[in-house]
Amino acid sequence: MIREELTDGPSARRAVTGAARMLLALKLDGPLLVGLGLIAAYGLVVLYSASGQSLGTVIRQIGHLGMGTIAMLVLAQVNPNFLRRLSPWLYLIGVLLLLVVAGMGVIGKGAQRWLDLGLVRFQPSEIMKLAVPMMCAWYLHERPLPPSPLSLILLAALILIPTGLVVMQPDLGTGALIAIAGALVVMMAGLQVRVVLGLLALAALGGWLGWHHMHDYQQNRILTFINPQIDPQGAGYHIIQSQIAIGSGGVFGKGWMNGSQAQLDYLPESSTDFIFAVIGEEFGMLGLFVLLLLYAFVVGRAIYLSTQTQDTYARLLAGSLGLTFFVYVFINSGMVSGLLPVVGVPLPLISYGGTSMVTLLAGFGILMSMYSHRKLVGS
Amino acid sequence: MRGVRIKDHWKEQRLFDQRALVASAIGAILLLTLAGRLVVLQVVRFDYYSEQSQYNRVRIEPIPAARGLLLDRNGEVLAGGQPGYQLELVREEVPDLNATLKGLVSIGLLTTDELPDIRRTILSRRSFDSVPIRLRMTDEDVGRFAVHRFDFPGVDIKSRQMRWYPNGALGVHALGYVSALSEADLQHIDTTAYAGTSVIGKLGVEAAYEKQLHGTNGSRQILVNAEGRSVDKIGSLHPQLRTQAPIAGETLVLGLDLKVQRVAEDALGTHRGAIVALDPRNGDVIALVSKPGFDPTEFARGITRAEYTALANDPDSPLLNRALRGLYPSGSTIKPAIGLVALTDHSITADQKVLCNGTFELPHSAHIYRADKDEPRGMLDLTAAIAHSSDVYFYKLAHEMGIDKLDEGLAPFGYGQLTGIDIGGEKAGLLPSPAWKKIAFKHPADQVWFPGETVNMGIGQGYLQVTPLQVAHIVGEISERGRSFRPRLVIGTRAPDGHITTFAPEEEKPVTGIAQEDWTTVIKAMMGTMIYGTGHTAFAKAAYSSGGKTGTAQLYTVGQNEKYNAKTVAESLRDDAWFVAFAPAEEPRIAIAVLAENAGFGAGTAAPIARTVLDSYLLGTDGRLKPQFEPSAAAKALLEIPRPATPDAPPAAVGQ
Repeated sequence: MIREELTDGPSARRAVTGAARMLLALKLDGPLLVGLGLIAAYGLVVLYSASGQSLGTVIRQIGHLGMGTIAMLVLAQVNPNFLRRLSPWLYLIGVLLLLVVAGMGVIGKGAQRWLDLGLVRFQPSEIMKLAVPMMCAWYLHERPLPPSPLSLILLAALILIPTGLVVMQPDLGTGALIAIAGALVVMMAGLQVRVVLGLLALAALGGWLGWHHMHDYQQNRILTFINPQIDPQGAGYHIIQSQIAIGSGGVFGKGWMNGSQAQLDYLPESSTDFIFAVIGEEFGMLGLFVLLLLYAFVVGRAIYLSTQTQDTYARLLAGSLGLTFFVYVFINSGMVSGLLPVVGVPLPLISYGGTSMVTLLAGFGILMSMYSHRKLVGS
Repeated sequence: MRGVRIKDHWKEQRLFDQRALVASAIGAILLLTLAGRLVVLQVVRFDYYSEQSQYNRVRIEPIPAARGLLLDRNGEVLAGGQPGYQLELVREEVPDLNATLKGLVSIGLLTTDELPDIRRTILSRRSFDSVPIRLRMTDEDVGRFAVHRFDFPGVDIKSRQMRWYPNGALGVHALGYVSALSEADLQHIDTTAYAGTSVIGKLGVEAAYEKQLHGTNGSRQILVNAEGRSVDKIGSLHPQLRTQAPIAGETLVLGLDLKVQRVAEDALGTHRGAIVALDPRNGDVIALVSKPGFDPTEFARGITRAEYTALANDPDSPLLNRALRGLYPSGSTIKPAIGLVALTDHSITADQKVLCNGTFELPHSAHIYRADKDEPRGMLDLTAAIAHSSDVYFYKLAHEMGIDKLDEGLAPFGYGQLTGIDIGGEKAGLLPSPAWKKIAFKHPADQVWFPGETVNMGIGQGYLQVTPLQVAHIVGEISERGRSFRPRLVIGTRAPDGHITTFAPEEEKPVTGIAQEDWTTVIKAMMGTMIYGTGHTAFAKAAYSSGGKTGTAQLYTVGQNEKYNAKTVAESLRDDAWFVAFAPAEEPRIAIAVLAENAGFGAGTAAPIARTVLDSYLLGTDGRLKPQFEPSAAAKALLEIPRPATPDAPPAAVGQ
């Protein structure tokens, strides 16, 4: 150790410690930041190929990354206590906005997800991805854990109201993610195993009932997931083409910008929801494994950070945010590789798009805030 | 402690840590599942998906082989390829399809009534396909479009190889034609071999030699994107794509002599009819005429329905190949063959004379068989009877021989049988017999063979039916003293380097059992036709020796349903004129049959046509027999040219 420091020289050591001090001052976590940065950089390289060598797309995506990073930096500075007090209000505003959007949908006679505020156009459902776990963590913060049955009923309502509004938009994917983010908070709060099993059984029943209330395209997605060959040119096309892309990439891939499925447009939405297949085609199994390891590192670090926080709100929220990130990764890669039905979930930090990028990085900002604002005992 | 629960921070921390551990474990299991899925896709099923991806992007685009040429015996092009122009439209480049089509109508390149079809065709194709909207563009059309081309974005003139018949309708019934592949064609061809081919041979040599002419199509792998559009690279990668070059169709050399063919068609003039000239030593067809004809290029370029209907409904039946499918009574052209049959079975001898007085009556019958008013009268031997074409002589001969002997003797010459020419569609004609009558007629009263029908056979009338090709073939056999060759239009192939491979002639079963002196008798009688008989006017002062026979078919039938309007009835009831000939008589190099429908007496119309055709083939520019056709001294010595003579001591006045 000493020998190393000697060979590194004092200037290098000073630089490292200088960077560490700066991160500490900015309330950021170095390893997490490095992990996120690597994923984002990997994403930009892939996006250049997937977009058909569109430099403009890459530049716009860098813009999205910039906005997300700003959101992360700002939120990392905010005191967790302030965030906690803000939680119910954010939740209320979010639900109200969802109602406004739903109302507009009734008036406009069509699907509505966006709210146009003139300057910014955004989806209120994105706010709920953060607001629901914040609300759940806020509710559980003061109460003894594991939660009582009465609390569970209330929490269920808190989760299902916004979820229902989003599903009705209709946006099954986002609705599911919101519900999962909320459920993960409750889960981490120590929800009894027997209750979990009971809920799973209930979910199965609900699924069976829900099937009959689904839109045709939602039913089709599930049917074609079970057997994509029913409709190879229609609903099954996405799944078949993405599996061809991944499978034909083999272990080492066809090479950057050489994926015929992606480059010749056989792969639909290759820059957005199906970009995972582009990586599989051009960089092969090794490329995907590297990506999955980076994701695993980020999620692992996030969970570690959550265990280091000091109050219930911080722990639950941080844990939920880290795990939700993992759920994003798994749902997207699972759907693209044919393990799960096709739902509109982007690959975090890699799929082209600003909305989810900002939400995700904002989440990591909150997570970092929870960790970096802890009171260091004995220091 | 019941009812009151206090927050135990240490316990909650432990609970959370425990949960985090479980969540991490579950996450790890899910990641491993995902990794397993990737191994299945990218390692286990790699070959399958690799092939799927290949199949996705590589299409095989056929490269049509150039169709083989047709050449005449001197290397003149009878059918070839020529670049032609057509108007094509790419929908996605056209701002307003309807306005564009209307605009093309206004400059006269399309007609209003074809617009719905054109629009349907365009809309049925992919938006970036170049769709032909007008096939036949004349130079004037091309010029007119060129002036307005900037008014029509997305519309352009494209060139393509089209079958071209430089001599137009000349020899169309021998050559046949090509036309667009039809739904019916696709039923019986190998569609893989024809991928990329747009036309197929119809009739004639084009159809019979389709396999050789078509060649082998090549193919080219092309890269396509998901829309099916051809692209040249995948991202940054230029892939290796295989191309298999097409093998052009064979160039066929025909026995036709373009010059003779043209002379023959001109000589027939406006008559409906047929001419077949062949080389009796090998069966090579020198000229094959059936008139009227049609221009095969119209078919190759894409014939309109209206044009086709007009051809099909033409009362003169231009689509009918009269040379192979026209069925006519042979008329007197059968007499030399009957003479040979009679000499062979000793029904008559060469010097035996028969009284011919202009009429013939069957015993116990009131029906009088009349000869032509010009017919010679008196005591005629076989030579005179053939040269002057005596009907009465052959009425009597046929009656004496009986139908069975006639049929038995005539069949080996090929009456009622296919000649086996190398193109399709030939008809066999009919050599009638009592057995045939029993099958052909339903009513028992009609099934009886009447003696009068035998008498009619003697002069080639009645049920007897022949085709001009058959008649030319039989004349060739007689000129060659029984040797028979299968007639053929194609005599060889020409390799790209110009080397010509000639196929061996197909010799068939000869006409056997006829004594050499009997052949000589009949051949000399046919030479007599040309010197002093019915053909002497037409063949006066010929530069070569020849043999021939006139014929006049009194009954008109062809194998095609024809509707006659009042104007054509009168003409169609006129006799068909026949003339058959061969020359030089000693060593025949050409045998010919001329049939002119409703042209009257054979000697008057058909014989001069035959003379013109023989001259054009046999004579050089100096008007003399070409050296290569000069008979050998030995042959000349064997066949003495008969001197002009009149029948022996006719008791009454003789016509000619």
